Amino acid sequence: MKNNTLIIIPAYNEENTIGNVIKGIRNVAQTSDIVVINDGSSDRTESAAKDAGAFVVNLPFNLGYGAALQTGFKYAVRHDYKYAIQMDGDGQHSPSSLKSLTTEIEKNNTDVVIGSRFLGDNNYNAPALRKIGMKIFSIITNFITGQKFTDPTSGYRAINNDILKFYSNDIYPVDYPDADVIIMLHQAGFRIMEIPVDMNPSLTGKSMHSGLKPIYYLFKMMLSIFVTILREPIREKV
Amino acid sequence: MPLRQQIFAILISIVIFIVIIELVRKRKLREEFSLIWLLTGFLLFILAIWYDLLLAITSLIGASLATSTLFFFGLVFLILINLYYSIKLSAIANQMKNLSQEVGILKSAVSSQQSAVRKKPVVNEANPSEDSDTVKE
Repeated sequence: MKNNTLIIIPAYNEENTIGNVIKGIRNVAQTSDIVVINDGSSDRTESAAKDAGAFVVNLPFNLGYGAALQTGFKYAVRHDYKYAIQMDGDGQHSPSSLKSLTTEIEKNNTDVVIGSRFLGDNNYNAPALRKIGMKIFSIITNFITGQKFTDPTSGYRAINNDILKFYSNDIYPVDYPDADVIIMLHQAGFRIMEIPVDMNPSLTGKSMHSGLKPIYYLFKMMLSIFVTILREPIREKV
Repeated sequence: MPLRQQIFAILISIVIFIVIIELVRKRKLREEFSLIWLLTGFLLFILAIWYDLLLAITSLIGASLATSTLFFFGLVFLILINLYYSIKLSAIANQMKNLSQEVGILKSAVSSQQSAVRKKPVVNEANPSEDSDTVKE
């Protein structure tokens, strides 16, 4: 009973939310497989995900968001999925948008569909500081790619098999992959588009950015974008 | 250079040399890393017995004291070796990431296979006449 589309959810200590996220997905997307990448959680994330009916890949220890996500991509490549959707396990990404992401990627007009929190009529409201950060990266990404991205840091995306293979490579930046990945994809000649998605703003907030991490994130992203431009464009190695 | 200093420097370089050879012998240090340390010991030894070389380098780089030349190159050496370790660490972190991802994926495959296998004996218990050989066929 293998389907075309795999939904990848990296989860680190999400026992409270992961079950509902999976149930929410099951309600709207019966024809997709779900894999939860349990990134070395110390709580009951694994059993919560299994109970809700997802397939769980356990990492031996905490590798971080990007590496967990990449595990999902590698899993998808190995099991020959045509499409994959990445979403967060904290409930921020609403399953109601899965349909539109799937429809868009299955048209095969594009390689990546990014679910934007700012397109369309959306009530998503990020903390001020994060909003500024998002705005900066949006400006930089738009400037370099010449394409308009309203939400380059969104972790709610649909991708096709070419991208899955591209992402499974060692060139994938595993710590906080978002805006730099878009630039990398653009330089590699992939087609990217954005569609509006629904968010559950009440559930945002915690996630991976806390403490000194935003500063590191800002620095890392700037450096990563900078060296991505300096590098030879990576042609599709697929 | 006073004789005492010279003897001290020579002793130090010999000790470094012996320690490294010993570590390699006990397989606590890989040959790959030992090379860089042996070169260090060798360089120290050369500088200790050939003071004129140190003076020549000192005047070449425009330092006023032979000791500052030593300290300067000592620092540069430490920085370079740290950089080298950073590069090594990055490579190792990447390999470790790939390995753990692989372990995760393989483990999940194994456990789903095992649960599939575990289901089979249940079928056999329901039909006791059927032994495992017939199931295989």
